[in-house]
Parts: sequence; structure tokens; C-alpha cells
Amino acid sequence: MQGIVIIGAGEAGTRAAFAAREARFSGAITLVGAEPHSPYERPPLSKPLDGAVQMKPICGLPALEATGIDYHQGVSALRIEPDARSVVLSDGRTLAYDKLLLATGARPRRLACPGAGRALDFRTYADAAAIFSKAEAGGRVAIIGGGLIGMELAAVLRGKGVAVSIIEAAPKPLGRAVPARFAATLHARHMEEGVLFYLGQGVAEITPDAVLLADDACVPADIVVAAVGVVPDMALAEAAGLATGNGILTDAFLRTSDPHIFAAGDCAAVSQPDGGQVRFESWRNARSQAETAARNMAGANEAFAATPWFWSDQYDLCLQVAGLPLPGHQSIVRTLGDGELEFYLDGGRLVAAAGLGVGNGIARDIKLAEMLIAAGVAPDPAALMDPGVNLKTLLKSARAA
Amino acid sequence: MTWVPACKLDDIEQEGAIRFDHGGRTYALYRGPDDSVYCTAGLCTHEAIHLADGLVMDFEVECPKHSGAFDYRTGEALRLPACENLKIYPVEVIDGEIRVALS
Repeated sequence: MQGIVIIGAGEAGTRAAFAAREARFSGAITLVGAEPHSPYERPPLSKPLDGAVQMKPICGLPALEATGIDYHQGVSALRIEPDARSVVLSDGRTLAYDKLLLATGARPRRLACPGAGRALDFRTYADAAAIFSKAEAGGRVAIIGGGLIGMELAAVLRGKGVAVSIIEAAPKPLGRAVPARFAATLHARHMEEGVLFYLGQGVAEITPDAVLLADDACVPADIVVAAVGVVPDMALAEAAGLATGNGILTDAFLRTSDPHIFAAGDCAAVSQPDGGQVRFESWRNARSQAETAARNMAGANEAFAATPWFWSDQYDLCLQVAGLPLPGHQSIVRTLGDGELEFYLDGGRLVAAAGLGVGNGIARDIKLAEMLIAAGVAPDPAALMDPGVNLKTLLKSARAA
Repeated sequence: MTWVPACKLDDIEQEGAIRFDHGGRTYALYRGPDDSVYCTAGLCTHEAIHLADGLVMDFEVECPKHSGAFDYRTGEALRLPACENLKIYPVEVIDGEIRVALS
């Protein structure tokens, strides 16, 4: 038996390799990663300790070896040959597979303006090391893009005494994934911390010492970082003739249009029960999709069903969002001592929750909300609003009912 | 081993946890659903996150950041990404006052 081959050794690919073993898959497992490191976690990259970028391994080489995972480091896949069920690697080798997992992730979207090559990306360990080794107290960094990555980076750089400007094409930062009330709170906090915002502004050019905006304004910068989102890495899938859209298209079982090839994590656009495909870019999603894909490659037939969830740390604040809040939902706000929760109801049913507070103060409530969402509960809005009502009590009474 | 006074039983919510700092170290104290009390190291073994901010359900505490989980009675790591067990410390409750034996 040829076993499982996994392309991409990020959070999804690495988790899938271990999860296949946990599912008692006894065949060969091969993990192929293009970066010159052991598999590592990306979230710590934006949180340098004592000025140095953290290299936090997902697992060490001994764990890979002990689990019987054959790890090819610093090697990329050149092409898939679906009919032969094999993958050709950059080191000249060809790997045959029974099941192939594409965990190719996403890559930073590139700017198209003159001087775009001067902007640094922020995705990999090497990217983070380049930014933090150059960004010094008193220096000036311009971040193009006011999304989660740009805003997290701004918070860390302000903490190091670096002057930060954020240039965002939309009228407000954090417009895509963060509920409006929390986006506004975080925006205000960044302004208090001295971040300069240039909103509703296109970039005309990046020069060696500035970003020139479409309205002719000039934002001086020693370092420019492009944080304008990511695009799914699906070149291999496209070349192999797999169905793609905003990602590699999969069914609910994370199978692509080729039944021997699966996809998980940032690169996968997964079929939803109510139609369409959705692609998520989060740590938790990478892990949970990897686990479902691994079990299915090992013989299970399990539909992927997990409440989306992500967090973002900015200054001493932590944002957590569970589910997908939409503008049409009924919003219920609960005010806490040092934070706020917002619950989102759809036809009375709790479908999403978000919270922003100091430290991990809102984490416990968001976790309980996630369990309430999974239980399909329609809680009393007055109880959701009342900080005196423990969400655990709501969960227990829902489970007892 | 020294017995250190920590807090009152009533300071901890039933099926809840609080953070307890002593001697430059941080711990987590738990009150189970049956009012039994336990003490573990305060930080998750996966990343330095205070477990007392996490959700306690039955005898399990979940890390508030990455959802690793531990049995706080034994310190056993129950769910990834936590894979290393938590250190645990003996606890006694006398007249509603909690003391922890710290080494």
C-alpha cells in the first residue's frame, strides 16, 4: 500500500499527519514541506519575545519519527499526476499515493503598484525575522492593509517604540472578519496608542523611504509591510485539473473533485450545508479540517462540521469570534467589567458570538457560547444581555431539556 | 514542602478556577462540581497562557487560547495541542480556608 502523502507542512498538513496515525492508519505517511524548518506554528510569529521572533515547533523531528511520519523538509511538490496517483517533488523524487492531502495554505496577496517589490510580506518565519530585525525603536513602519494581520503587527511594533502608519483602502480597518463594534473599539485603541491611519486610500507607489498615496499624500517609512490578505495556494490543484474557485473546492468530506485527493486548511473552499463553498483562514480551522480529512483518508466518512472560531491579540486586548456574525442577525450586547460580548441570533437561535476584553477575560464565555451554538439553542435575549447570568447555567439547562 | 495559605473556598466559583501567585510563580486553584479543591501549575504546557481564564467543566479545564485540555485532578493532558501534563500540588481545606503545599 502506498499510503498517504501530504503536501504542505504548516498547521493543517502537520496536524493531518498525526491525526491519520491517531485514526489508526498503519500505512506510510509522507509530509512534504517547502520551508527549511521543522513544522512550526505561525501565530507566535507576530509575538516576538525580547525582540526575537519565536520559532515554536508544532512538533520536533523526534515526534515525527516516533509517529512514523516521513518528513521531507525544504522540498516542494512540482506537479500531481492524478492518473498515476503520484506527486513529483522538487528534489527529483516521485511519491505514489493512495490518498493525497493538499494543505498548501495561502500566500500573501501582492501589491501591483510601482515599487511593490520593496514591501515585505508577513507570513513565514523568514518574513517575521526580516521585519523584526529591521524595525527598531524610533524607526518608521508603514503597514499597507488594516486587517487582522496588519493591526496585530502594528500593536507589537508600537510596543517596541516604532512609529506605525496603517494605510487601508476601505473606509474603516478590520472591515472583513471583525464585527463592527469591536472593529471600532480596536481602531480607537490603535489611535490612542499613536498609530496613524490613512483610510480609504489607495497606494500609488512605494519609494525607498515612503509610501505615496493615490491622493498624493506621502507616508514616510523606513520599512513597508504588505498585509493585504492572502490568496489560496492552488497552483498544483489547478495544474492537476481539480475544481477550484476561491480555493480548492471540496465536498463536505473535504474531498476534491478527484476522490483520491483531499484539501484542508487555508487552501480549501469547503461545501456548506446551505450551499456554496467557504474558505477560512484560521489556526483552529486548519487543525479541525486536517483532523476530519485525515480520518476520511484513513477510511472514515465524516462530514466536516465545526463552528468557525478565531482570536486576535492586540495590545492587552484579546478578540475572539465564534460562528459567522452577519449584519442581518439580531445583536445582543452584554457589558462586562473590562470587556464586552456580542451575541448574534438568527430567528431566535444563537448562531455566533464575539467578545473583546483585557487578557483572556472573555475566552470562557466565548467557549460557552460556542457550545450553545453547537447545541442549537435559542436563548432568552434578556439572559444573554444580563452579566449576572452564567452562560454555563444556560448550557446546562439546554442540555437537560 | 511548605503549606501556603491561598484563599477561601468561597473565593472560587463552584466548577470554576482562580489564579494564585506565590513566590514569583503562578498556579491555578480549582473548585470541582463536588466542591473538592485542586491546584495545578498556572500556565498551559503548550504556551504560557493562564489556565484560570479557561472554562472549567466537570474535572476538566480548557486553555482559553488554543483549547488544549487537562484533568485538573491529575494534571493529565487530555486534548491537543497540550501534550505535556501539568504539575499538580496537594491542597487542603480547613474551615473554608485553602492551603497549598508548594515545594
